[in-house]
Amino acid sequence: MHISPRPADLPAGPDHETVPADARPLSRAAKGEVGRVVRVGLNGALHDSLDPDELERRLLEIGFVEGARVEILHEGLFGRDPIAVKVDDMRVALRRREAEAILVTRWQPASLHAVAEDRRS
Amino acid sequence: MNAVTPVLQTGAPRMALVGNPNCGKTALFNALTGSRQKVANYAGVTVERKEGSFTTPEGRRVQVLDLPGTYSLRARSPDEEVTRDVVLGRFKGEAEPDLLVCVADATNLRLVLRLVLELKQVGRPLLLALNMFDIAKHRGIEIDVDRLAAELGVPVVPTVAVRKAGTVDLLKHIDAQVVDLALAAAQGVSQGANTWHEPSAEEVRATHREADRIIKLAVRPPTKPDTWTTRLDAVLLNPVAGLLILLTVLFFMFQAVFTWAQPAMDGIKAGFDALAAWVNGAMPDGILRSLITDGIIAGVGSIVVFLPQIVILFTFIILLEDFGYMPRAAFLMDKIMGGAGLHGRAFIPLLSSFACAIPGIMATRVIDNRRDRLATIMVAPLMTCSARIPVYTLIISAFVPDRPVAGVFALQGLVMFGLYAAGILSALLVAFVMRRLVWRGTVEPFLMELPAYKVPDAKNVVMSVWTRAKAFLQRAGTTILSIMILIWFLSSFPGAPEGATEPAIDYSIAGMIGHWLQPLVAPIGFNWQMTVALIPGMAAREVAVAALGTVYAVGGGEENVTALMDTLGHSWSLATALSFLAWYIFAPQCASTLAVVRRETNSLKWPVIMFVYMLTLAYLASLATYHVAASLGWA
Repeated sequence: MHISPRPADLPAGPDHETVPADARPLSRAAKGEVGRVVRVGLNGALHDSLDPDELERRLLEIGFVEGARVEILHEGLFGRDPIAVKVDDMRVALRRREAEAILVTRWQPASLHAVAEDRRS
Repeated sequence: MNAVTPVLQTGAPRMALVGNPNCGKTALFNALTGSRQKVANYAGVTVERKEGSFTTPEGRRVQVLDLPGTYSLRARSPDEEVTRDVVLGRFKGEAEPDLLVCVADATNLRLVLRLVLELKQVGRPLLLALNMFDIAKHRGIEIDVDRLAAELGVPVVPTVAVRKAGTVDLLKHIDAQVVDLALAAAQGVSQGANTWHEPSAEEVRATHREADRIIKLAVRPPTKPDTWTTRLDAVLLNPVAGLLILLTVLFFMFQAVFTWAQPAMDGIKAGFDALAAWVNGAMPDGILRSLITDGIIAGVGSIVVFLPQIVILFTFIILLEDFGYMPRAAFLMDKIMGGAGLHGRAFIPLLSSFACAIPGIMATRVIDNRRDRLATIMVAPLMTCSARIPVYTLIISAFVPDRPVAGVFALQGLVMFGLYAAGILSALLVAFVMRRLVWRGTVEPFLMELPAYKVPDAKNVVMSVWTRAKAFLQRAGTTILSIMILIWFLSSFPGAPEGATEPAIDYSIAGMIGHWLQPLVAPIGFNWQMTVALIPGMAAREVAVAALGTVYAVGGGEENVTALMDTLGHSWSLATALSFLAWYIFAPQCASTLAVVRRETNSLKWPVIMFVYMLTLAYLASLATYHVAASLGWA
């Protein structure tokens, strides 16, 4: 899965200005990518499984906070879902649907190995 | 909580263990209480309540409650609601805890410190136990315990639950705290005020920042990070290899439950049969003898016989859980199970249900979310359990010709496979319907920590398995036994009159019910003998084989299967036989399962719903099968 910056997709909100232009949801990240969380929560947008505020708090409580380092460690077989993410020094599994609510910036491949894997897919 | 809490006047002080999931809370609970613990449900909810007691070095008895794991007091599930309400002292029927012990995995402090900050607001005496302190040290994580305690404003004690002397410091602290509590109570000093309220997202962020600040001050990150977890995950979470390994593990587990338990089950069965035979020889014939042998001994035997399967299954489950594999299995299966609206964790209970729905339903405790758990419980009995095999075998060998299909497959084997497949498909379908129609719009997010792998502690595993086995015998025992006695009563009274020509069961209440129900089951092709056999067959599915032997007066029940096959072959049409098979895929013909559902869900509602929906499906399936078969000229 290749990540292309799509700023038009960013939900509009009061703190839109503070989000870097290259920020994109964690749900679009591929295995091996590393980044930093810049915003948690859907900023008012609706989510199909949970109340957005509830989702935001659950993500915060399990460690997805602004500033946390995230790295995609593993992906599921079907539709590359769910994903296993390293959040700072712990590991969390979640579905891409929930990962939508986490905006991440400064993507970079974790290693050359990851780049090679990215090319293969 | 401004009121003065009289602590020691009301008996032993109460301590509650709180902590994140996977923090080793239960291991600490086991280390503290040893075998002095009991498992039950909290009043009115499906949440497991684990309580125990221990004596401190200074000889004080302390009651301890192991609360469900949580990341926040802001409850998101019934389990977490229990934790919140007990901690806040507002759970009906639970005494307020005098002391909260927050258990932390010392190798993973970030999230638990946030919980500690939240717990502090409750205003109760609080203590932080840094569990797995040895592993943290080994990894080069340096924790300045005094600094941590000073910054948090909470006493901090390192513990190692799996080691013998690992709780000494904790016990000393508890002794000291209990003295403080007693003094405070004697002097009429009130506890701190409860200022806790459900935190907003911003407040969660703020406590996170505070926790991070404290960690920077008091904790030095590991010099030797946990590379084992990374290396194991590279294989175990690999999309293809990981799934293959999971299937291998599950296949092995299933095999073990199925085959390793057999000798022990046979032994138990033989033991109870011998006991019944001895009683039969020692007592004069009569109602009392019949009650003891056919009712009580047979009833208790039918419960205890499941014990080997439960012990083996739970040994596997607890090993996998303590190792840290369960969340990985859920990760791998989430997408597949999710298609049917089930949680990834539902896979293990459903697979276990192929051996027997009872350990399967008990294994649903690995599913945290109540609705996911209930959906799994409701479909578990649709998986083809081993008790259906004698019935399937009897009918298939009596009616399905033993001839090859397409050269390679045996027709009998294909029918057997079809029955298994029908069970699985209907389970997935029922789960799908329940999640989409009954509980619409509540898709639980899949969001869980993947803890670091740990070598399971043998003592802890044995203790956890023992707790499960004990709970099974105690809980299921009472209900199942009373149902068995009821069924015995229905099949034995009134006795056959003098010079009776039909078998005795025909004159009993069960026989009357059978005749009375006959018009209802005529449309699905059942005769009255089948209906009568199904009543004692409620005790357990395989009992129907023996009961058919009794009503057809073949005698010898299971031992004389060949004679029974001949009789059935002559008196049933093929359409009736197929209808009977279809019935057995769905029918709730197992009182023990219903009793366990009653116990596990802590309500009568769910076993009733299960009984009704399964009976409806069974009737409809038999009706369709009978009429299709009849229209093909097999009637």
